[in-house]
Amino acid sequence: MGKSRALNLGTGSFVLLGFAALFFLTTQTTSRGLSFASQPHYDVTAKFDNIGDLKVGAPVSIAGVEVGRVAKISFDSREFKAVVVMSLNSRYNQIPADSDASIYTQGLLGGKYVGLAPGGADTYLKDKDHIDVTFSAFVLENLIGQLAANFIKGKSDAPTPAAPEKTK
Amino acid sequence: MLAEFRDYLTASLADLGDVVRFLMRLLVNTPRALLRGDLIIAQIYNAGTLSLVIIMLSGLFVGMVLGLQGFQLLQRFGSEEALGTAATIGLVKELGPVVTALLFAGRAGTALASELGLMRATDQLSAMEMMAVDPIQRVVVPRFLGGVIAMPLLAAIFSMIGIYGAQLIGVQFMGVDSGSFWSQMQASVDLEDVTEGIVKSAVFGVACSLIAVYEGYHAMPTAEGVGQATTRTVVTSAVVTLFLDYLITAMFL
Repeated sequence: MGKSRALNLGTGSFVLLGFAALFFLTTQTTSRGLSFASQPHYDVTAKFDNIGDLKVGAPVSIAGVEVGRVAKISFDSREFKAVVVMSLNSRYNQIPADSDASIYTQGLLGGKYVGLAPGGADTYLKDKDHIDVTFSAFVLENLIGQLAANFIKGKSDAPTPAAPEKTK
Repeated sequence: MLAEFRDYLTASLADLGDVVRFLMRLLVNTPRALLRGDLIIAQIYNAGTLSLVIIMLSGLFVGMVLGLQGFQLLQRFGSEEALGTAATIGLVKELGPVVTALLFAGRAGTALASELGLMRATDQLSAMEMMAVDPIQRVVVPRFLGGVIAMPLLAAIFSMIGIYGAQLIGVQFMGVDSGSFWSQMQASVDLEDVTEGIVKSAVFGVACSLIAVYEGYHAMPTAEGVGQATTRTVVTSAVVTLFLDYLITAMFL
């Protein structure tokens, strides 16, 4: 009897430890924490010209504090804009209705996130509201392209003021 | 030469067919074997609890090596904070399931194969048949199920200990920020990565346990035969594990 009890105890603690490890792996190493899914939230929509590589699940923050996550990304084929549905934590229900949304990059090469900048309106964002003022993602390639274009223009511009001087 | 190769190929194919037939036999007998829960618990103890120490020690050292190597590599790019992500992805998706399966084959697989082989060699299995006890149902299936159940749990424990090993080296010794270690990990490890690891360890568990009980049950009833069965268990398990690993990785991409 004593041996059987020790055996059951050993097996039981092994299985318990195993499931604890599985639980740890699914909840602690991924962003699927138990905390966020169950919390009450409300959805706000914003349309962007370009969202860069914003992904579903990216954080939405105000002043650097995470207040929600990107719930859905789709494409509006009439306006040719990206429609981003953000699910905001109901705890933060006093965000002015005229707030604007921008897409920022975490760190130098990190992922994209949505930053909300509070406006001054007396009314607050509610479920199914739209954010009208949006700023697109900062796309590195576009910036480099613009810089290169300016650079080339600058180069070709440079001799032109000199050229009339020569003719004088 | 060509004929030899053809013979070898047909023999291998026949072996594979035999293994599949054996697996079917095990599965058919599983429901009735489940009624004897105490037998299965004893085998989970043999395959799981007794492998716990080697799995935890190996996991700790693998994690610590990952922490050290990952830190040295990531430091060159100035992104030591990604250490948590790198170590976790490596452990959960690959090293956890594969190394656990290899250790499992060495620790539990050999024990199963030699035990069954000795039972065969000492006519215990035949004696059971004489007493109208089906040795498959009474002896083989509980051992198989014990391995199948223990393996995913062992792999999860291995990964968890490994992550803490990487954390120990990275955060405690090398000074990576603890907050970014965990938060970067949580931001970039998806549930799919964890699922992939669990699926892998479950498949490896079935494969390694099946190979062990098959080799043991079909061992030649001699001292040499038992030795050969044990050797074949380890070799076949290792090769099959690595092959299946590639297959499942490709499937999840």
